[in-house]
Amino acid sequence: MLIRTPSDILSSEITPESVYLKRRQFMQGIGIGATALGLGLPATGLAASEDPRKDLEFSPVVAKADNPFYTDENMPSFAQASSYNNFYEFGTDKTDPAKNAHTLTTDPWSVQVEGDVAKPGSYPLEDIMKLMTLEERIYRLRCVEAWSMVIPWVGFSLAEFIKMFGPTSNAKYVEFTTLYRRSEMKGQRSAFSVIDWPYTEGLRMDEAMHPLAFMSVGMYGKTLPNQNGAPIRLVVPWKYGFKSIKSIVKMRFTSIRPKTSWQGIAPEEYGFYANVNPEVSHPRWSQAYERRLPSSLLSPSRIKTEMFNGYGEQVAGLYKGMNLRRHY
Amino acid sequence: MATLTSKQLYAAKAVVFVICLLPLAYIIYAALTQSLGTDPVKSLIHQTGDWAIRLFVLTMAISPMRAWFAWGSALRFRRMLGLYTWFYTSLHLFIVTTYIFAWDWQLAKIELAERPYIFVGFAAWVLMVPLGLTSNNRAVRALRKNWARLHMLVYPALLLAWLHIAWQVRSSYFDAVLYGVLIICLLFQRFQKLQKRL
Repeated sequence: MLIRTPSDILSSEITPESVYLKRRQFMQGIGIGATALGLGLPATGLAASEDPRKDLEFSPVVAKADNPFYTDENMPSFAQASSYNNFYEFGTDKTDPAKNAHTLTTDPWSVQVEGDVAKPGSYPLEDIMKLMTLEERIYRLRCVEAWSMVIPWVGFSLAEFIKMFGPTSNAKYVEFTTLYRRSEMKGQRSAFSVIDWPYTEGLRMDEAMHPLAFMSVGMYGKTLPNQNGAPIRLVVPWKYGFKSIKSIVKMRFTSIRPKTSWQGIAPEEYGFYANVNPEVSHPRWSQAYERRLPSSLLSPSRIKTEMFNGYGEQVAGLYKGMNLRRHY
Repeated sequence: MATLTSKQLYAAKAVVFVICLLPLAYIIYAALTQSLGTDPVKSLIHQTGDWAIRLFVLTMAISPMRAWFAWGSALRFRRMLGLYTWFYTSLHLFIVTTYIFAWDWQLAKIELAERPYIFVGFAAWVLMVPLGLTSNNRAVRALRKNWARLHMLVYPALLLAWLHIAWQVRSSYFDAVLYGVLIICLLFQRFQKLQKRL
């Protein structure tokens, strides 16, 4: 059963800007005070206790039932959404990224654009932020592990972003690459990892240009926490979560379908398309049901999974005539 | 190590009994205070499964302990640890049946048929059932020689439990390697003993 609750949860989850700024001043005050008293508190200790996220200016999503960019389904709190993550660069346990991702430096950051485009090059994030207009999207995120969450993202349309680089007619696919930096990413140093770093993902050009495909730079009104893919990540709501690659440093446009990380690890388990599909079950998990998080033991919120994660009306046309059992 | 007197043994058993209940106490506490995390179901499944395999390996380490540390009293704890292994395995199975299959037999049947790791895990539990049921003194006496033969089932159960873990490896080999090495060590000791006897 789907339990719908009013969307006013959203406003209570977002810390008002004034309170946020006051807290910031307070924390800075403590820092200065401590130094003045010669307490010699380590600067990192203070930095860690301060929320490094910055407020973002964006246009809020239009809260209408027929708006595909919006849903009124129950949302996790920011604390929950930022402490339950799959980001193997920082460990394989769901709670590892929140513990380990603070080591990542996200400033300076740039995205390398390569391949079949008119304007290749290295694009610094601050330039990207100036050129793009930020908006909010509230999407369902369905993980291949049969759990899901509703997340209020902040970012811009991937199509608008791609248009900036002028892809040529040769560009049939776009490949995304996550940062590879062993010194800051604990999981990349692990001897037990099955992933051949760096992590890569890909989309067909028409998928990438679809209005639902989104580049996120924030969530819950602020910049992304590192464990959620800071400073810039992909969000493709009709595909399993692993397609929504995090901490992107490279976008390569190509005529050949790129090999994605999970395809390389287990091609019989993870296809290139990875569209949410309750009828095609994964060898490890039935995809017919999902646990909508947060859940509790008394109300496990076990719901039926919808084709294309409920975005079929918008995206089914992309796959007309394709056998989705074969092209999973 | 010294052999324990019956009084000491009684006390030691009580301590081990309580220690083995601690994971359960923690799980219940975390469930009641809603601190099992964002995905409590997954957390419950992992915690009960982890304790089941840990206790299983510990149970199987008892008889080699007699040889390695010349500690005969170790054997007196084996039944309790074995029963706790069965208990945490049953709890693990119960949580999966309740929260993943929602007691939907049709779904459970499909899952068992399609997902070998679930099948071998379930098979390990099935093998534990006769072992648990015949763990009392009366059954030991009644079954005589057959009791030891019947309890050879722990070996396939242990291998199936390991397979259940190894088959799920998705991103990290750590658990599969750790328990694999421990199990090989435990089996190697038995193999050596067997060779000496021949």
